[in-house]
Parts: sequence; C-alpha cells; structure tokens
Amino acid sequence: MKEFLIDLLHNAPVVYTLMALVPLLWVIPFALFAVWWERKISAHMQDRLGPMRTGGWHGWAQTIADILKLIQKEDIIPSSADRKLFILAPYIVFAGSYAAYAAIPFSAAYVGSEINIGLFYIISISSLVVVGLLMAGWASNNKWSLFGAMRSAAQIVSYEVPVALAVLAVIMVSGTFDLQEINRLQAGWFFPNWYVFQKPPFLFVALIIYFVASLAEVNRTPFDIPEAESELVAGYHTEYGGMRFALLFLSEYANMFAVSAIAATLFFGGWNSPFGDFLSGPYWGLFWFLAKGMTFIFVQMWLRWTLPRLRVDQLMYVGWKVLIPFAFAVVIGVGFWVVAAR
Amino acid sequence: MEENLAQVTTLPGFGRALKTEEMVINMGPQHPSTHGVLRLELVVDGEVVIDVIPQLGYLHRCFEKHCEHMTNYQQVIPYADRLDYVAAMSNEFGFVVAMERLLKIKVPERVEYIRVIMAEFSRIVSHLIALGTYGMDIGAFTPFLYCMRDREHVLDIFEETCGARLLYNYMWIGGLSHDVQPNFTEKVKSFCKYFRPKITELNDLLSYNKIFIKRTANVGVLPGDVALNYAVSGPVLRGSGVKWDLRKNDPYSVYDRLEFEIPVGRGLRGTVGDCWDRYMVRVHEMEQSVNIIEQAVDKLPSGDVQSALPKRIRPDAGDIYARTETPKGELGYYIVSDGTATPFRVKVKSPCFVNLSALPAMCRGAMIADVVAILGSIDIVLGEVDR
Amino acid sequence: MTPQEIFDALKTAFGDAVIEGKLTGTIDPFIKIAPDKAREIGLFLRDDPRLQFNVLMCLSGMDYAGGKLGVVYHLHSMAHNHKIVLKTEVPSEGGHVSSVESVWKTANWHEREAYDLYGMTFDGHPDMRRILMPYDWQGHPLRKDYQVPEFYNGMKVPY
Repeated sequence: MKEFLIDLLHNAPVVYTLMALVPLLWVIPFALFAVWWERKISAHMQDRLGPMRTGGWHGWAQTIADILKLIQKEDIIPSSADRKLFILAPYIVFAGSYAAYAAIPFSAAYVGSEINIGLFYIISISSLVVVGLLMAGWASNNKWSLFGAMRSAAQIVSYEVPVALAVLAVIMVSGTFDLQEINRLQAGWFFPNWYVFQKPPFLFVALIIYFVASLAEVNRTPFDIPEAESELVAGYHTEYGGMRFALLFLSEYANMFAVSAIAATLFFGGWNSPFGDFLSGPYWGLFWFLAKGMTFIFVQMWLRWTLPRLRVDQLMYVGWKVLIPFAFAVVIGVGFWVVAAR
Repeated sequence: MEENLAQVTTLPGFGRALKTEEMVINMGPQHPSTHGVLRLELVVDGEVVIDVIPQLGYLHRCFEKHCEHMTNYQQVIPYADRLDYVAAMSNEFGFVVAMERLLKIKVPERVEYIRVIMAEFSRIVSHLIALGTYGMDIGAFTPFLYCMRDREHVLDIFEETCGARLLYNYMWIGGLSHDVQPNFTEKVKSFCKYFRPKITELNDLLSYNKIFIKRTANVGVLPGDVALNYAVSGPVLRGSGVKWDLRKNDPYSVYDRLEFEIPVGRGLRGTVGDCWDRYMVRVHEMEQSVNIIEQAVDKLPSGDVQSALPKRIRPDAGDIYARTETPKGELGYYIVSDGTATPFRVKVKSPCFVNLSALPAMCRGAMIADVVAILGSIDIVLGEVDR
Repeated sequence: MTPQEIFDALKTAFGDAVIEGKLTGTIDPFIKIAPDKAREIGLFLRDDPRLQFNVLMCLSGMDYAGGKLGVVYHLHSMAHNHKIVLKTEVPSEGGHVSSVESVWKTANWHEREAYDLYGMTFDGHPDMRRILMPYDWQGHPLRKDYQVPEFYNGMKVPY
C-alpha cells in the first residue's frame, strides 16, 4: 500500500501521514460499533433488550446519537484542577493507545510501519497510557480520581511483566519481533500452523496468560478497579465530561482492540485464512484479521458482564504470584524445546 | 544543611519509618454503593481504613413526629410502608401486630395466613434486591438484573392483590384492605415452582464464584458476642453464628404452625461472621421463605378479611413494645397511647439503624473496597435508618 | 424469672434508686428507676447470672407532657428468655441521665438520637452529638412544645 500511495502522490511525508491515519479509519467506526455491541451483549446476557429505537433496527445509531450529544456538552473543568494537565491527559492516553497500531499488520498489504522490532515497540509505547492516566487522576483534584489513577498505574505496570513474558515465548518460537513476519510464518491450515497449537501446551498457556494480563492492561473487569463504578464513581475519569470523556472512552476501546489484535496476530494467525489458500488474499486477510480481533473483543465483553471484580491487593497477587511464575515456566519450557529441536 | 539532613533522615533505611498521613475521604451522600443517601467519612492510611464515621439524617422524614399528629391509628400505616420502602409489607406487619396486641383484637385465620404469605414475599423481594445490589457493588453486574426480573413476578402478585407494586397500605389494624384474587393460589404456586431454580442459578453465577468468595470471605468479621452487644439482628446476627429468629424464638401471627429452618452462618468459606456468611444466610432464607409460602397457601382457610376491622381505634392508656422479624432484622414498634385516637408516641426501632451502628466495629483494618463489601452485606435501607 | 422476681432482685441491690414497679395490669410490666443510676443498674442487669439481660432491644426518649422528659429501656435476655422495661423521668431543662453505652454498645446511637430529638443529656457518653438532625440545628424536634424555626442558615423552614 505504501508503494501504491507513493506512486500516486510522489510526496513521501504526505504519504506517511496518510498511512498513519489509516488505522483511524478502523478505530473510530470500531469504537462506535463496539459501544453499541457492548450494550447489546450486556443487555442480552442480562435478560433485557438494550438499545432498540435509535435508528430503527435494534438501535444501531445509538452511539452516533451519543457522540452528537457529547459534542454539544459544556466543557467543564473543575476550578481547582490543574488546567494544563487536565486538558493534556486524554490526548496522551489516546496517543498511547493509538501508537500501537503503527506496527500491527491489518492485512498482507498493509502495515503502518514494517519495523523489525515491532513487538518491542508495541509493548513499550502502550505504557504511555499510564502517564496519561496518572495525569488525569492527579489533575482532577479529586481524591477518588487520585485513588483510581494510582491503582491503575500500579495495575498496568505490574501486568506488563506477564504480557512481556508471554510474548517472549512466541518470539522464541518465531525468531523475530516483526509482526508481519510472524503472520507470514503462520500461513497454511490453522492446525498446526497457528502458534496457539504449537509447542503444546506451552503456547496455549502463553495465550491464557497474555489474555488475562491484557485484560488488566485495558482495565476491564475483573481488573477494572481504576474505574470501579461502585466504589470510585468513575475513578480517574470522574471529572471528565463531554468530548474529553469521549476521547478517554475512545482510547479505551482502541486499546481493547489493539491487545485483541496482538493476541490474534501472535497466536491465531493474524490475517491468515484458517483454511490455507482458500479464502485468502489481501482483502480476505483484512476480513480474517478483523473477525479474529472481534472474537477476542466479544470474549472480553463476555467476561466483563459475568465476573465480579478483584480487590486491588488480590489483583496484585494474581499478577505477581500467579501469572508471572506460570509465565516463567512457559518461557523456560519453550526455550528448552526450541533449543532441543535445533 | 540541617533541613536537608532532616529530610534525608526520614528516608527509610535511617531507622525512622516514613511518615504517612491519614487522609479523610468522604463517601457519599451521593455514591453508587451507599444504598441511598448515607455519608461515610473514611479515615484512611493509603488503602487501609482506620475509622469509619457514618453520618445519617439525610433521609429523615419525621415519621415519629407525624404519628403524633394523626387523627387515627390507621393513618400511620401508609407512613410505616415508607420506612423500609423495599419490603413495605413487613413494616405494616410489625405495626399491626403491635396495635392488635395493644387493642386485644383477634383477627380471622385467613387474615393471618395471608399476612404471613405477604410478609414472606416481601422477604424474598428484599433479599433479591440485597443480593443483586451486593453483586453490583462487588462488580458483577448481571445478577442484579436477574434478581430484578424475578422480583417483577412478585410485584405482579402484589399489584393484583392490592393495586400497588411497592408501597401498599394493605395490612390494616384488624384485617386487610382487600381480599386476594380468586387465582391467588395458582399464581403463588406457579411462582414458587418458577423461583426455586432461579436460586440455584444465582448460586452458580455469584455465590460460589471464586472471585466473589475472595472478595467477601474473611472480610468484615463480626463475632457473635460483639453482635449481641450491638443488638444487631436479622441476617447480620445469624451470619455471625447466633441462631436467633423472632419467627421461631418469639413467634407472632401463625409462624408457630409452619415448619421452616433458620439458616445460620458457619464460616464455610472463611470465618464465621464474615460477609460471605451474611450473604449466604440471605440466600438460604429465600429458600425457606418459599417453603413457608407453599405451606401457608396450602393451609389458607376461607373467611372474611374485614370482619374484625374495628370501627373506632381508641386503645386504653398504656404502652407496648412489639417486634417482628423483617428481612433486615428485628423491627420494633414502641407505641404509647394516652387513651385518645391520636397516638401519643410511636417509636420505631429500626433494624438497619442498629445494624449500621456496628459498621465501625466491622471495618477496622479493612481496605476501601472492603468497606463497600461490608456495607453491602449489612443491607441497609436509608428510609429505615433515618425514618 | 417473673417480673416480680426481677423487681425484687433490683430492689435488693439498689434500694432507693428503684422507685416503683408496675408489674400487673399492663401489657409490658415496667420498673421506674432513678436516672443517675441507670448505668449501674444496667451493668447489674447485664451481668447478674439470674438476670443476664444481654440485649438492649430499644432505648426511646419520651416527652411526658407537663415539663418532664423520660427514657424507656426495653431489655431482653436470650439465656433466660425474659424481658423487662425500665423507665426514667427527668425534667425538661437540664435533664441528665447516666449513659448505658458502656454496658450495651447499641445504646451509643440510640442515646444520640434521644438527645437529638428530646434534649436530655447522657452523662458518660463518648460522642454526644446530634445524629439525625444537622449538627447546628436549634431545638429538639420531638418535644411536644417544639416550634419549627423560621429560618435555618438562611433557608426558610416551613414551606
């Protein structure tokens, strides 16, 4: 796609800017859709209906109506809040979530930037979200927001370690950090090429560890302490309203899709078709990739509406004393296997 | 130089612990999980709570003062409904039991059985709300809606009987305001058949969920003797291991003719008297209530529910304290009469008020998330706390 | 134990502090006691092995019309399954009752409520503040001669 655009425009900086904005074409409609989808899924799981009227069929235009409403809201900044940090925080949170999309390949023909340290870049840049959350909590000048921000920082930073270890297992098997290369290595029928079925059961356990730890990364139940509605009203984003809130919300969904996309790429073949050559190609690849990402999103939403939330110290316990030992075991196991197989 | 030295020597490793300050946070009066307008002042050190100071009075509606200006004792009943607005039938039951003892009226058997059925329905309704909102406080959003769905069936039965879903004015001194509809027995029986599997579903979804148990077991332990000194009652007392239920230990109405068990907390998943015990006592009480309803509806005699309504209520001068077992605990009415038709004093001893006073004792050393769990397990309704 | 036996036990232990007992002819037999001895009587009732009143069911303030306030205690024993009612009377202005909070912890909030709504003070109570009304409210609402104030902090009270 990059070559196509360069031939068309003959202007490298413009082309790069356009390439950077392409994931936005997915992220924004996805966020709109995902909010509606979450409301419908939660409604049906709770034996009720959810949005039914806005736009006609099952209220599909509900989120669009909500966004239009949020845009029109008065922009309220608490008078004793730290203005600069308060305004800056949502942008940093969004930047942290969105920057990960630079290295995620949507299809064989499109990846934002084919750098050979893609995974390393993704894991490090998504930690920027912590800075944004801390800024949001602190700048709100509200003790409850501060609590939410502190808990969130502790949680995200702690769960980076199991994520990195689980991803390390995959890297040892594939031999590269580059996500597009990992995709190409999983071509063929889904069994045994997809990484989740390889080196059993280590990579399967790695998937579980990665998925659970990524739930903590994106602050979803059972790890949604930072925004625990019933304790902290809304945690770090209590004081945000209108478009600022919409931006924080958008970045939460962007982050959710980013980690789902990485899970799909690392373990489930990314844009590869499960049937080998049948139904494959650059456009089918996009479809498969998005479908796999959406399946993980569905599982995340399913878990949110089923499980209660963990208390902060229990959450830390799960991260440090359960996930990390298992992740170490997986890394050691995969390491031995890879060396022995050579 | 001295200043820098002072700062440096307060770092850890210099033999002097880091000084942390206590923070005072305010929970409420508007807060998603204080179950109404309750203000809790938390003195915290980091995440650990050092003291909890409940501040009441936001919903004080002067019930006792109103009673002293009524022209008739029957007029108190709609106000009594609004004390514990979640289980209104139980409040009315307490008042009419007290008044009928004061007036020495004997009501027909049919009235007694219908009252017991309605009181047990209100127990189920109240526990459904308690369990649903408790799940929501812990973070599980779905059981709340399942409980609401099941509650609708009971509210339909109430609506068919007396026309109101939440606040009824149904139990009058000496009888009832309406007799039940002809299809009452079948509706009740079909509800009982529908509801028993739902309790199992709730148990599968929430009660035995590992995360839920982690959040509630060993949290907010209230030992039995401390509970008695604080005069707590109801599921909170039974969760602490004390087997005391007014329906069995101080029976009123026709409870002595019905067979049911009293669930008691045994510390199966943690310590005796923790939040999980109190929660499970409520779940088991719902099952027992269904038993009671089935027995009572089988034994329901025929009769006229309004035959014993007194024409004029003018009790002799004197006073009485009568207590009944509501879903929240022991509701007591201390009624003083001066011989006229206006009550001289009606004091409501509300179980939620007393149970809430034990909150600081349960919260020492807990974390903020635990305070929410403990408060939810006491199951307060602010209408009753503040009257 | 019957109410008469309870009355006799109290009279033997406290003499004049036990003023009188109305044990027949009422639905709830009651014993009138002196207000400044409430704590000692409460301790005796709770700890004596024949009595063992371990639960204070209810503590109510009362306004007996005619310038007298009162406190009514409803006690219950789980071990022996008997109940008794204690009543005290204090004058409207400057009435002092000794607090039973150290005997039954539940009295803490009940006595705060009685103070809030009637105005008698409880000596020995660790936290004598209003509980239902705002902390700076003037007057004691449940008294029979209570007049609703016109303004509270600038807001008009009767509407």
